[in-house]
Amino acid sequence: MILAAGAAADPVAARSQMGFSLGWHIILACFGVGLPGLVLFTEWRGLRTGDPVLRLLARRWAKALGLLFAVGAVSGTILSIEMGVLWSGLMSRWGQVIGLPFAIEGIAFFVEAIFLGIYLYGWDRLPPRVHLLSGIPIFVAGVASAFFVVTANAWMNTPAGYTLHDGRLTGVDPWAAMFNPSTGPETVHMILAALMVTGFGTASVYAVAMLRGRRDRYHRLGMLIPLTAGAILAPLQIVAGDFAARLVADHQPAKLAAMEGLSRTTAGAPESLGGWYSGGELHYALRIPNGLSLLARLNPHATITGLNSVPPADRPPLVNVVHLSFDLMVAIGFGLLALGLWLAWAWWRHRDTPRTAWFLRAVAVSGVAAVAAMEAGWVTTEVGRQPWIVYRVLRVADAVNPQPGIQYGYWAVVAIYAVLTVVTIAVLRHMTKSVAIPAAPQDADAESYTVT
Amino acid sequence: MNLANAAAAVLWIGVTAYALFAGADFGAGFWDLVAGGARRGAPQRALIEHSIGPVWEANHVWLIFVLVMMWTGFPPLFGAVASTLWIPLTCAAFGVIARGSAFAFRKSVTAVWQRRIFGAAFAFSSVITPFFLGTVAGAVAAGRVPAAVGAGNAITSWWNPVSVMTGVLCVVVCAYLAAVYLTGDARRAGDQDLIARFRWRALAAGAVAGVAAAAGIAVLHGDAPGLAHGLANRGLPLVIVSAVAGLAALVLLWRGWFVAARGAAAAAVTAVLWAWALAQYPFLLRGRLTIAAAAAQHSVLMATLICLAAGAVLLIPSLTWLYVLFQRSGPPPARGVPDRGR
Repeated sequence: MILAAGAAADPVAARSQMGFSLGWHIILACFGVGLPGLVLFTEWRGLRTGDPVLRLLARRWAKALGLLFAVGAVSGTILSIEMGVLWSGLMSRWGQVIGLPFAIEGIAFFVEAIFLGIYLYGWDRLPPRVHLLSGIPIFVAGVASAFFVVTANAWMNTPAGYTLHDGRLTGVDPWAAMFNPSTGPETVHMILAALMVTGFGTASVYAVAMLRGRRDRYHRLGMLIPLTAGAILAPLQIVAGDFAARLVADHQPAKLAAMEGLSRTTAGAPESLGGWYSGGELHYALRIPNGLSLLARLNPHATITGLNSVPPADRPPLVNVVHLSFDLMVAIGFGLLALGLWLAWAWWRHRDTPRTAWFLRAVAVSGVAAVAAMEAGWVTTEVGRQPWIVYRVLRVADAVNPQPGIQYGYWAVVAIYAVLTVVTIAVLRHMTKSVAIPAAPQDADAESYTVT
Repeated sequence: MNLANAAAAVLWIGVTAYALFAGADFGAGFWDLVAGGARRGAPQRALIEHSIGPVWEANHVWLIFVLVMMWTGFPPLFGAVASTLWIPLTCAAFGVIARGSAFAFRKSVTAVWQRRIFGAAFAFSSVITPFFLGTVAGAVAAGRVPAAVGAGNAITSWWNPVSVMTGVLCVVVCAYLAAVYLTGDARRAGDQDLIARFRWRALAAGAVAGVAAAAGIAVLHGDAPGLAHGLANRGLPLVIVSAVAGLAALVLLWRGWFVAARGAAAAAVTAVLWAWALAQYPFLLRGRLTIAAAAAQHSVLMATLICLAAGAVLLIPSLTWLYVLFQRSGPPPARGVPDRGR
């Protein structure tokens, strides 16, 4: 058999598979966290005002939520299986340390799935107020799920809550493991990111429709509600991101050095934008003198640890990937902030969205940009932690399943997810296109229009 | 009962719930597959979609629960099983993703050819997923999984008589459970033709499941004598319960007592699972890894069990509401009613 003849332990294939399936799932997970909030807010306003446009929007978004949640539920299950299939060395030993947040997340996910079933299928069976209330657990549980899952990733960055004796795990404090130093900043950063991806992502769909000439109230509100949510969160996210980066400076100096392409420990380190890292130096970067010291330590002359502080075997090998991903994320973050300010300014001046088509174009791009920023952030933190799977505790190479043939699983995952991506987008487009929007939609339209 | 045994029991409750609830959803996919052409099979497919639509995601969560409980409560077991059995687990994972997404896609499209493609993907993956999960169970039952990470044979650990037989048995049992449940749903929908169809299918699947289980005992004697011995001794009372409940379910179906038949069918499956657990107690991996040796630290088990108990307080009423809401009422009220004052 080919499988039996393959090389042992293949960390590259396993990492690619995990990165690919996680990077794919997280987009759906973002909508799973954010869309319930959007749907509930819109349904609530629709109930209060009786506005049929709002009610139709809520109903349409709920349909999309049903689809995205279903695909997200199964793509998330794949990750649970991959935790064992790919990272048996990690889980067989450390599974119990990070198990508690996953167990609680399991409960949260259960609550989410149960109430989503009630909410989506009970729209015509429950009284409106009860129906609205039945949606609240979906949003709360979605945010809670994101929190608990990210605590496990935070633990991989700053492991805590265990004692080792002669290399044996002798004591575990699962709560201390869950509330490790990275937990606060990382969870806040990710939950905000999920809400922003939903906000800008949903708004961009309607911006595209408006660019194609459909400027009715349905499309305007469909863009404005999620865009406003994204615009409110964008400045908060920059504060949260700064908080997270400062934490990396304290706890994972090699990761910060890779994020900044800083090869040597430097006092009064500059902030480097862009450039290319090769031969142990960052070339062609735009440098802001003392910027990094100021940002990381609030002191322009502070000393920042460089990559040379750790032995070569312990340095992240792909400095360019880490540095450029980080810069991309920050750049998009400020771009989204600017977009929000543009909206706020126009609203303040004439109670309306900016009238130029360039605004719609910017909103149309913002959805993809928000996803790109979120993915770039994950690349930064995950690639920046290399060669460790658990920082300074366990190497990736020691955690991977030693069975031969793992790489075939990777190629299968790529093929399956490629098909799934195409089909998901096609079906979502079908859901928006198959039915013309009525000029004055009534609630009966939302029911009788075949959107299922 | 010590904490490790309690955690093992909770894990096994999760396995049982997954088998009873998600198993029926998989089985519904099997009946979807064999329902016939687009026109002839339409009423059956509509009933299947109506029955599992609101609940399958909640039922599916039991799998995640089982995986998480394994790595939290018994990490060496999870590492050993997942690494050696990575091929069937990866195949089951692909089946899970194909099934869930195809089901969701099918509901979202209207053209017949699109519904046909997604329906086929849903139905086909509903058959292969329980098969591969069954081979995993069979590999553990047959003692083919060493306790160390990745130490077993990637192929023969799950491609052997006991594992394959368990995989096939899983598919048959899922189909049986689904047919029994769907017979009841058909009665609620008031469709005599559907009642007759699913009732016959339940009887046939029940008979096949009984024959397959009996044949399985013969295979076990040859391939996994240790387990066969355990089933014939400590597990025997539950094996008998299972056989009696299985026969009772067939009689109840025959007499048209569909609600009682559901209970009996579920009891038969539950008894088999717990007979297996008793037969290999105190081992998780027969002769290699005991519950006590694999258990996580006391602090972890305590925290996890307390959280799960607290979670159950939230979940049990919620799940009850979900099932009652969709079991009590038929299809949604007539469409096109003017705005009902909302």
